[in-house]
Amino acid sequence: MIAESKTMKVIVFQLGREEYAIPVHQVGSIERVMHITRVPRTAPFVEGVINLRGVVTPIIDLRKRFGIENYASNDNTRIIIAAIENMDVGLIVDAANDVLDFEVDAIEPPPEVIDSVEAGYVSGVVKVEQRLFILLDLSKVLSVDEMKEIEEIED
Amino acid sequence: METNQYLELFIDESNEHLQSINDRLLELEKNPEDLTIVSEIFRSAHTLKGMAATMGYQDLANLTHQMENVLDGVRNEKIYVDSEMVDIVFDSMDDLEAMVLDISQGGAGERDVTKVVELLQAIELGEELGQKQKGLSSVEKAQTDRIMQIDEFTRTVLEQSKEQGLFNYSINVTLREDCMLKAARVYMVFEVLEQMGEVVVAQPSVEELENENFEDNFMVLFVSAQTSEETKAKIMKVSEIEAVDISNYQLSDKSVQQGSAEKNEISEDAGTSREKEEALPNNKQTANKTIRVNIDRLDILMNLFEELVIDRGRLEQISDELQHSDLQETVERMSRVSGDLQNIILTMRMVPIEQVFNRFPRMVRQLSRDLNKKIDLKIIGEDTELDRTVIDEIGDPLVHLIRNAIDHGIESPDEREMNGKQATGSIELKAYHSGNHVIIDITDDGGGINRDKVLQKALDNHVVTEEQAEKLSDPEVYELIMSSGFSTADTISDVSGRGVGLDVVKNTIESLGGTITINSQLSQGSVFSIQLPLTLSIISVMLVEVQKEKYAIPLSSIIETAIINKSDILRAHNKEVIDFRGSVVPLVFLKNVLEVPDELDEDGYYSIVMVRKGNKMAGLVVDSFIGQQEVVLKSLGEYLSGVFAISGATILGDGQVALILDVNALIK
Repeated sequence: MIAESKTMKVIVFQLGREEYAIPVHQVGSIERVMHITRVPRTAPFVEGVINLRGVVTPIIDLRKRFGIENYASNDNTRIIIAAIENMDVGLIVDAANDVLDFEVDAIEPPPEVIDSVEAGYVSGVVKVEQRLFILLDLSKVLSVDEMKEIEEIED
Repeated sequence: METNQYLELFIDESNEHLQSINDRLLELEKNPEDLTIVSEIFRSAHTLKGMAATMGYQDLANLTHQMENVLDGVRNEKIYVDSEMVDIVFDSMDDLEAMVLDISQGGAGERDVTKVVELLQAIELGEELGQKQKGLSSVEKAQTDRIMQIDEFTRTVLEQSKEQGLFNYSINVTLREDCMLKAARVYMVFEVLEQMGEVVVAQPSVEELENENFEDNFMVLFVSAQTSEETKAKIMKVSEIEAVDISNYQLSDKSVQQGSAEKNEISEDAGTSREKEEALPNNKQTANKTIRVNIDRLDILMNLFEELVIDRGRLEQISDELQHSDLQETVERMSRVSGDLQNIILTMRMVPIEQVFNRFPRMVRQLSRDLNKKIDLKIIGEDTELDRTVIDEIGDPLVHLIRNAIDHGIESPDEREMNGKQATGSIELKAYHSGNHVIIDITDDGGGINRDKVLQKALDNHVVTEEQAEKLSDPEVYELIMSSGFSTADTISDVSGRGVGLDVVKNTIESLGGTITINSQLSQGSVFSIQLPLTLSIISVMLVEVQKEKYAIPLSSIIETAIINKSDILRAHNKEVIDFRGSVVPLVFLKNVLEVPDELDEDGYYSIVMVRKGNKMAGLVVDSFIGQQEVVLKSLGEYLSGVFAISGATILGDGQVALILDVNALIK
């Protein structure tokens, strides 16, 4: 894909003050916040499950996942339904506002500073004009291994 | 490929035929004299061969063909049924099964079968040699008999030619040993013959002759107006012919009888094979009207129906709220109809447990030979029906349990006789319905479980502490053998005894929503009893509220509900218990276990759902009961698999998701 077209379509969303991006082909749909059923005894960032048109879909609060504090839902809050490794998972974000085309060449590796265990899910950063977008590797965001790691740290 | 559309059908039917051959072979071994069984096997093998050849699976066709030859020998009483012969046929069945499996997995069904083919040929030839020793004339007779019995058509031709004043000859042509181009000579002989009359049958078949698939002699049945001398002279003109033996072919009284018996059988055979093309290869066809439906379609139907059940729930709720009498009436009618529909769809997915059971006789036979034990397997209730999803899962656990029963349960014949038992051990496999469940009992009359030995082992392996050990009841001790890393067999055989297995069995059964209990009496035998739900997709639940959250508890594990006064709660071992109908039952506060946020004020009463797991009970403390409902079981998905005490989710009438509690996890 990269060889053919030099651009990459992404969905841009907001978490706190920062803007994140995920490849558009990973996104199934964007939903408004609906009733979420809590699932007990799961990782803190697993918000619960929703009924997505008859399919029980797990929901992750990305704000909690990334340690962003002060997360209150408002009218702009959205659930991005993403398909990763054949699993449909909903991600709670503060706002989903744009679809953009990134120049593949413009994607820079993640800065060393945030390249810790915690930020393994950042696959790159893109600067477009004055805006900085953080490109996410969703498979790492959801990775069960990492989830366990976090659980262990908490324990 | 254009055969693709038939592939599925081919695989299905092949499996059916293989199974039927398996079953019949076992019968045959018990009644070696019963030639009707052989005919049935022969028929299945023949159909299989035909199908395989049509589909282009040459190895499969070849092996079946060899098998057919042996069976033909048995049918014509030339080969006698003994366990050695049955063994070899079973071996070839293994190969056939492997080939069909390979085909179903997209392979070409190729397999090296030369060894088995050689063995089969050895059986076939070995018996013919035996015949030859009885003298030349008998050889001739046997061979002509054989030809004569090939089919009904031949007989008719021979009879007709006789009426027309023609001669029927049986000609035995022997080629010279150093003959180089056998096929060419055969061709020349046939050409000569065809100028004078008609070749009715050739033995070996023309095809085999063309492929030089014969030693150096062959036989033909020949109809001609020529005298035998003339015929012989003309054949001898073909070079490299060693000898020509011509005799008049007569239908003796005895052979006429045999022939007519054969005739009946063959016409019956032809009849069934014709029907087989139209319907299921089932002997009871006339009574059964069935069609084949792809299981995927049934799954789709089921999924659509699940959606309908969710909407039905929603509709019921709306009509309750609106209190509109016409609407309520209509919704009630719809609920009834969809309830009937649900029953029909569920029963459509039901398959008899026979599918699983029918592989056991073979397995038991093999194991009892390997282990030098004598075992009589009794199967009862194989027509008991279960949901396909359950059937798919239950096979392996049952295999484990039966292997265990044979390896650990049943003693060796000597030991049995010493203990005053019959040398032949018995294993009974019994399936039956009980309410919304199916029970499968595996009973053996072997040595039983040695309580002390199990306990000692459990202590050695630190599965239990000594304090615990003293208090355990017998069934609890037996249950220990299903904990992981456990094996009481002193010697490890390759059948069982590695300590993996029983815990897997237990886990599988529990993941199916079932339970397994063990009962045993030392030196009398053991009973492993498996209880399984009829279906996994739609279940009856009791909806309860814990604070503001809704949970569903499967009705199958609920004994009853109760509301108790707080002052009735007792404390024992720092645990809260209640005295419930004379027994002390521990309480499980769902609010705490499920970490539900506090939102409601407490009052002076507890609502309790009494649940059970096996013979243990617990009282689940909830805040209120909502009611009973049929719900569609949905998985939480891979991402949230293995959540504690939650077995799945369901969508309620208001569109919200409610979690289904796994009661088994809540009772320790």
